[in-house]
Amino acid sequence: MSTSSEHTTDTGVDFMTDSRPIAVGEALPGCKKRDPIVVAENVTRSFGGINAVDVDYLEIPRHKITALIGPNGAGKTTLFNLLTGFDTPNSGTWTFEGKSLAGVSSYKVARMGMVRTFQLTKVMGKLTVMENMRLGAANQPGESLGKALFKNIWGGREKEITAQAEVLLEKFKLDAKTDDYAASLSGGQRKLLEMARSLMVQPKLVMLDEPMAGVNPALTQSLLDHIKNLKADGMTVLFVEHDMHMVRHIADWVVVMAEGKVVAEGPPGEVMKNPAVIDAYLGAHHDVDLGDAEGIRELEAELEANDESVVGTEDAGIIGVETVTGQPHSRTEKDTP
Amino acid sequence: MDFGNIFASALGEMFSPTTAAYALAALGLAVHFGYSGLLNFGQAGFMAVGAYGFAVSTLTFGVPFFVALLIAIVCATLFALLLGIPTLRLRADYLAIVTIASAEIVRYIVTTNQLTAVTGSANGLAAFEGGFYSMNPFPEGSYLGMNNRDFFIRIVGWGVVIICCILVWLLMRSPWGRVLKGIREDENAVRSLGKNVYAYKMQALIIGGVLGALAGMIFTLPRGAVQPANYGTELTFFLWTCLLLGGMATVLGPVIGAMMFWVVLSLTQSILYGLIESGAITWLTTAQAGQLRYILVGVALMLLMIFRPQGVFGNKKELAFA
Repeated sequence: MSTSSEHTTDTGVDFMTDSRPIAVGEALPGCKKRDPIVVAENVTRSFGGINAVDVDYLEIPRHKITALIGPNGAGKTTLFNLLTGFDTPNSGTWTFEGKSLAGVSSYKVARMGMVRTFQLTKVMGKLTVMENMRLGAANQPGESLGKALFKNIWGGREKEITAQAEVLLEKFKLDAKTDDYAASLSGGQRKLLEMARSLMVQPKLVMLDEPMAGVNPALTQSLLDHIKNLKADGMTVLFVEHDMHMVRHIADWVVVMAEGKVVAEGPPGEVMKNPAVIDAYLGAHHDVDLGDAEGIRELEAELEANDESVVGTEDAGIIGVETVTGQPHSRTEKDTP
Repeated sequence: MDFGNIFASALGEMFSPTTAAYALAALGLAVHFGYSGLLNFGQAGFMAVGAYGFAVSTLTFGVPFFVALLIAIVCATLFALLLGIPTLRLRADYLAIVTIASAEIVRYIVTTNQLTAVTGSANGLAAFEGGFYSMNPFPEGSYLGMNNRDFFIRIVGWGVVIICCILVWLLMRSPWGRVLKGIREDENAVRSLGKNVYAYKMQALIIGGVLGALAGMIFTLPRGAVQPANYGTELTFFLWTCLLLGGMATVLGPVIGAMMFWVVLSLTQSILYGLIESGAITWLTTAQAGQLRYILVGVALMLLMIFRPQGVFGNKKELAFA
């Protein structure tokens, strides 16, 4: 990467207020970034003839919060799986900090500093919240079989891990739940635990798959701040989210996917006005169910799309595809002819 | 009926070497399933590998006791690797299928007539325990009503059980054990945290398998004979019964479970036989009573699963979220 010489200039920069341009040149799909942490090239993955992911070129900017948005089935989670080694692409190359990740197994990817969470939250139900957190920590010598029998070898590191976990649990408002089984947590709390646990790895890049799904609105605000603050610690964040309010609030950069391709990229304010994005979310009718509603819903969707006062405001989140295919107005399912 | 006798024989079963072997093999299953989520339905195969590994190396190659012991452990490790390498990347169900089949394969191999010179075919092998009893430090005499040989094998058998329990306990409280429990809950999540799930599962499979092999040796030494019929599929399911009785993700559970299993078998047998002999039951022969007691164990297991599904030692809280 030609940007490698610029890494040194990053030291001493406050990543929270760093306002240098993210992209080199114009913000077009597949544009070069000033300082990319992940570079994906020609990454494709098809499931039985359907191209779930077909990304020509994508760079994720370092020390920034990047949002990955797009309608359901756009390939966002599949791209996550491919990047983190949980799935293997049919073709393509992708690198993390300049190191190729082709054929690297998922646990090694995590050790390199690229840690993900899952859309369907995965917590270890029959372990306590604290044990879940400790499990995330790296460099615990007691995790090797030879040293596991001797507490004097791993006891010290265990104390460090526990202290680190306590700080994180407090941040994520889970400190009261420390000794509860993770299975007793609510769905939102599990999301929080999963996110906190991924931070125990002390990753360079955190990949969050719908971090706000199911988290109550009161908590959302503080969580958003936590995610923002990850930048201050020098982390890079990539997240998938349908909540446009959240995207606008914390993202420095937005990547829009539709039908497996990157259709737009740019700062959140500009991307939301991009016709390709509006089309991806509203105009492309492939995921609007037209069969039984005789085009009424389609019409409604079109009307929503034409209403520019909605698109590009904080309300944009409610015109996600789910809402459109449901009932945008107050009618119930039965009333539909 | 002489109830004194009945209880004395039940108590004798509780500490018999066979119970020790069951406890040890069930402890292996606890490592496999209780802690790591590996569905091993071939623990009898591991026991057979241990027993035959020991007996064959003693009889055919004439090695001393401790070398034979080592060979048996190495055989069990190789067997675990053989099972694990193709299946541990797959879902747990596949391991279950492979283990149940391979345990039968082991049994059929040692029954093969072509191998009679080595394995003794269906008759099995005998007279390999000399090396063990020659180490007996107890002079002849009566120890708690047992002869010195019976006493020695009980001391050794239960000594091994205690040592293995302590080792498993130490392992499971360590971060290593925590990773295993994490894998049991969700292996993809553990993978996403940078742990080599495959290696951990393999280690657990080997440790549980070696415990099974040790159990096979303890099982076979007091009998002075190893026969393929002893290592059928039903042995595996008896071990699972012990594990479920005691509690799956516990160290003492399998031990207590094995004791309960044999005490219940012994008590029901003695009582049924007593009732038949005294004429209280006329509609049952003693042979049928022998079968009936396994039915009763099954009923006991069902009742346990309904009213105390976590087993005797299991943690109810863990189960509340199953």
